[in-house]
Amino acid sequence: MSITKAISFTLNGQATRIEVPVDMDALTMIRDVLKLTGTKLGCGEGECGACTILVDGTAVNSCLMFAVDCDGRELTTIEGLATPAGRSVLQRAFVEHGAVQCGFCTPGLVMQGTYLLRQNPGLTVADIRRGIEGNLCRCTGYQKVIEAIAAAVHEIEKGDRA
Amino acid sequence: MTVIPKETLIGRRIPKLDAPAKTTGETRYINDLALPGMLHGKILRTDRVHARIVRIDTSAARALPGVHAVITAADTPGVPLGHGRDNPPLKGDRVRTIRDEIAAVAADTEAIAAEALRLIRVEYEDLPAVFSVHEALRPGAPVLHDRHPDNIPFTFDYSHGDLAAGEQASDVVIEDTFKLHYVTHCCMGVSGVIATFDTTGQLTIYSQTQIPFLYKRDIAPVIGVPPDRIRVIQPPLGGGFGSKLDIYPFEPICVFLARVTQRPVRILFTREEEFIASPTRQPVEFTLRSGVKKDGTLMFRDARTLHDNGGYTSWGATTPFVMMQTISSLYRVPHCRYHTTVVYTNNPYAGSFRGYGNLQATFAVESHMDRLAEAVGMDPLALRLKNAQAPGETTPQGMHFITCGLRDCLQTAAERSDFVKKHATNRAGQTGPIRRGIGIASLVHVGGGANIYRTDGCGTILKLDDFAQATVLTGASEIGQGSETVIAQFVAEELGLPLTSIQVVNNDTEITPWDVGVHASRTTFIAGNSALRAARKARTKLLAAAGQQLGADPATLDLRGGHVVDATSGEARLEIGKLIRSLHFAGKHEVVMTTEYYEPPSVMQDREFKGNVSATYAFGTQAIELEVDTETGVVRIQKVTAAHDVGRVINRLGIEGQIEGGVVMGIGYATTEDLMVSEGRVLNPCFRDYKLVTAPEVPEIDTTFLETLDPHGPAGAKGVGEAPAIPTAVAIANALYNATGVRFRELPFTPEKVLRRLREAAEGKP
Repeated sequence: MSITKAISFTLNGQATRIEVPVDMDALTMIRDVLKLTGTKLGCGEGECGACTILVDGTAVNSCLMFAVDCDGRELTTIEGLATPAGRSVLQRAFVEHGAVQCGFCTPGLVMQGTYLLRQNPGLTVADIRRGIEGNLCRCTGYQKVIEAIAAAVHEIEKGDRA
Repeated sequence: MTVIPKETLIGRRIPKLDAPAKTTGETRYINDLALPGMLHGKILRTDRVHARIVRIDTSAARALPGVHAVITAADTPGVPLGHGRDNPPLKGDRVRTIRDEIAAVAADTEAIAAEALRLIRVEYEDLPAVFSVHEALRPGAPVLHDRHPDNIPFTFDYSHGDLAAGEQASDVVIEDTFKLHYVTHCCMGVSGVIATFDTTGQLTIYSQTQIPFLYKRDIAPVIGVPPDRIRVIQPPLGGGFGSKLDIYPFEPICVFLARVTQRPVRILFTREEEFIASPTRQPVEFTLRSGVKKDGTLMFRDARTLHDNGGYTSWGATTPFVMMQTISSLYRVPHCRYHTTVVYTNNPYAGSFRGYGNLQATFAVESHMDRLAEAVGMDPLALRLKNAQAPGETTPQGMHFITCGLRDCLQTAAERSDFVKKHATNRAGQTGPIRRGIGIASLVHVGGGANIYRTDGCGTILKLDDFAQATVLTGASEIGQGSETVIAQFVAEELGLPLTSIQVVNNDTEITPWDVGVHASRTTFIAGNSALRAARKARTKLLAAAGQQLGADPATLDLRGGHVVDATSGEARLEIGKLIRSLHFAGKHEVVMTTEYYEPPSVMQDREFKGNVSATYAFGTQAIELEVDTETGVVRIQKVTAAHDVGRVINRLGIEGQIEGGVVMGIGYATTEDLMVSEGRVLNPCFRDYKLVTAPEVPEIDTTFLETLDPHGPAGAKGVGEAPAIPTAVAIANALYNATGVRFRELPFTPEKVLRRLREAAEGKP
């Protein structure tokens, strides 16, 4: 049996206390222990971006982070983006601009896009391309993903929040 | 009076119906499903390329706490699977590739299952191995399967005309050998399956298959369960691209584990396993000889190809079916011969992959069109236009092009990219390390199914409820390509209902009617036609009932915006929901439910591979502009101008996505992706070393749709799922020639390979 450690953090706005094995990664904790399956395992070695979450506001490959390192932090997963008022500006843009095909990479791309928009609401297309470099998508050829994030920039300029 | 104007959904930008749930993480892929009591299965794969299994000792694995079952071939019926029926799910006596499955474990957790695999001891006796088709064809080469002592499980031969006459009539004859490499699908969701038996012995498989109905038939003998006791449920798929068209060993293995444990079992691959143990695109050595007259008339084409079949036979072996169509029929060629030898080796084996052999065939044919043009002093566009097929032609292979936008595609792509001028200017001579090039290439591909079984049909059941909600049960699978949205569009259009009133059910063989499967770019055409016809039947029924109630001729009525309206004025006369309720309650006791089985007007090919195998064909041309750094070998794709004959655009948003995704997949095939196989082993089973194209590398893509309105297509549409990936790599090869004057005959164009080829050419190798 592996050694476990009690940790606490905020997950999608909710205070969370949990005991996790010290060798567990954050992605396994989120998917298998906390049963939030929206965050995807694509490769398990930080190459595909499908497991992207926000940790204290920064986009992170959760497969590369130890679960115990979540202690005291604020985590946001794909399940934490929509509000009772509905899906976020970027989530809606992904739908309206055809950025989703099989959808397996989509949660990671939406999280990465959300991070980029919050960092810099005035993103250029070049910033977007560079910003999603670490997220692999096999279906769309990225074009519509880039258009969706650019459309969200435009929406935010008009006054919607990221 | 409420007037509802006539509107159409066809050709509009319709967001995919399944997209909202995919942006919120609500969509549950197989990776996200857990059944109560579910165990985790893992497969032990051999580390030998060719060996006899002397002994397998599973005792330590069985003794590990948390392990529920350990199985080997001895615990299974041993019935082989796959297209060649040469691949037992668990190998008992012999392994032939490093992916070979030799034992499997079901345990409480994945970690325990992995630990148990490490405890299994296997004793081997190594056998001589063979890693190239040429070695495997030599007399005395190691034999892979006793049934085929020559290592040749299949050959394919096609011909028309008189090759010798064609060669004699040619003013210029050229010959080249092209080498097309291994790439793999890289679905973002890895392979997985869940199998569970109920107490009566009914088996439910949660499968990623692209062929749910044939799957039941094909897996039944392998697992010893009759097909009528198998239910296939298809959770949303994390990418398909043809990779799930065959049954692969992990699926029956999961069923065996579920049977022996009497618990649900899930097997999920790791990414490394996905690279090593899922199918590849068919690697090919392609020798092509072609001749033209001085005026550019193509006279003959003679193709000989060698397919590395790997250790077992999956669909990759049958890609010649598609290859020969491009060789015989993309351009008019009066004399033609095609021969393929499929050869067993101890390498990985290929399955089907978007384009199905056509990327490889088009690479050879379109490289040659450029070389022939140069040889007779024509520009590449002019030579292609001179030989391009036109509407109404039936090719010597029997393919009937009722509609054919090839010439328009060529001209549109050339005009929009300023091809002729740029091509001539680039060739005029460039100095400095960075060279610009432009290349062009076209394609033909089936666009109305491929009649390779006794039927190429698809069933639909359409039912309307009393609130005018339509439920469409279709046999056609959604694999991310957007088929359910297109099907909903057709139904909504016919029934005058909003898209939000259409529910498409497409994931359960116990509920949905039969379909061949999602392959051959057939779903929009065949499932679309099926849904459209079912909806037309329901429309006729509704209009007849409305006519009776309103005392009007049904021909004067129309369905719009959820209402029966006067067709001329658009005046709303009756709510459709109310009409349906009246059918239930007003003494008629009727439901509005229709069925359709759509069979396309195509035929199976005869023994000579002749016949109109598809109801329609898709055409397209891509012009690609690039820069190549001749000092580093780095190729930068700058712009893709794509013109595709799609019949008719149904969902503009969806079809743009298909073209863009296909083009980028083609760019990856040409420039970044390379599954490196050395002595049977995959050297780069991870995304760090197997490079997919990433967002910063994606060029501008200018797409034009040519609408040829196919008379058999639903609303005129053709299938285009595969088409955009097909001509990209060879357009890049042609652009590289335009930039450097060096012909590239071997994929991929990674910097080291480009540099090597440039040096080789500088040393005088043509």
